[in-house]
Amino acid sequence: MGFELGILGDAGLQFFGKMTASISHEIKNVLAIINEDAGLLEDLASLAEKGRPLEIERVKVLAGKMKAQIKRGDEIVKWMNRFAHSINEPLQVVDLDEILTLMASLAERPSLMREIALEKEPRRGRVTVRTKPFILENLIWLCLDFAMAGAGGSKTVVLGCEAGENGVRIRIKGLKGLSELRGETFPREEHKALLRAVKGDLAVDTEAGELVLVLPPDAG
Amino acid sequence: MKTRVLIVDDEKEFTEALSERLRIRDYDVTTSLSGEDATEKVKGYNFDVVILDVAMPGMDGIATLHEIKKLKPLTEVIMLTGHATVDSAIQGMKLGAYDYLKKPCETEELLAKINKAFEKKAEHEERIREARVKEIISSPRAALRED
Repeated sequence: MGFELGILGDAGLQFFGKMTASISHEIKNVLAIINEDAGLLEDLASLAEKGRPLEIERVKVLAGKMKAQIKRGDEIVKWMNRFAHSINEPLQVVDLDEILTLMASLAERPSLMREIALEKEPRRGRVTVRTKPFILENLIWLCLDFAMAGAGGSKTVVLGCEAGENGVRIRIKGLKGLSELRGETFPREEHKALLRAVKGDLAVDTEAGELVLVLPPDAG
Repeated sequence: MKTRVLIVDDEKEFTEALSERLRIRDYDVTTSLSGEDATEKVKGYNFDVVILDVAMPGMDGIATLHEIKKLKPLTEVIMLTGHATVDSAIQGMKLGAYDYLKKPCETEELLAKINKAFEKKAEHEERIREARVKEIISSPRAALRED
């Protein structure tokens, strides 16, 4: 039990660290753009003081760009906040579509760095489960991380969920290069520990090019 | 002659704003949105200073630095990092980058680093010229030798 908790704790900390590092990098990028846009406005004002006419349209465009970056930053902070609150209650009833939207947002930068487009299927209806949200998010991230390596030439990974007879299914699709990863151990010990914690099951379908994560309606 | 600067960052809006600010200050600026494109531009033009983002999709900053130094060893590179950690930037300095800056950076600090990097390159080129002249004086046949 102690060993299991150790694996879950290590995996959880690594996951939290990876996500917050990615989020902080995104925020830094947003701040850097606002910093340069604001600096450019200062430069244009200084030039105007020296007699160069100030184009009002340029000022409007720059203000619009800064507002767009503030909106981008606000969106990033919103997801970070939602992620942080997923640890509030160890066991909660969660909307899977919302969890997948959160994970697609958090994984956007890591997927971009690997030149992979991460898409979430449109919501088909409300799919809920009673589970451990942080552990589930950790598991989805580790599956996505593996899936991105198995995307092959498609360069697009699709996330979706559906209600089934024995619970719900999270599908990670578009993995045309899964067969090339045969030498890799998957699921590893941390995946298995996370799966046990949410009483889930994981199937790798090389033919269909997808990972299927099956969750019970209640992991309590 | 204007200092020739190449800005490499996958954030288009960042490169656009910074390049305009540097042009206002009379630098000759080119921009690039990827390591691959930057490498191609370095092949075709003799930049004095490259401002290079560490974390980019595809060919990252360290790999790009490696290529730039292989193609143009005298071109000075200033690494830009958005990370709280500067490990990658320090790794870049070990591989020959002139210096690093954390995003968002102060304009005056960036300008000072660009100017110092340019001076270093100019001094280095001058020493190579002097060595070449000495070689020619001591052995006029050396002037016929190809570099």
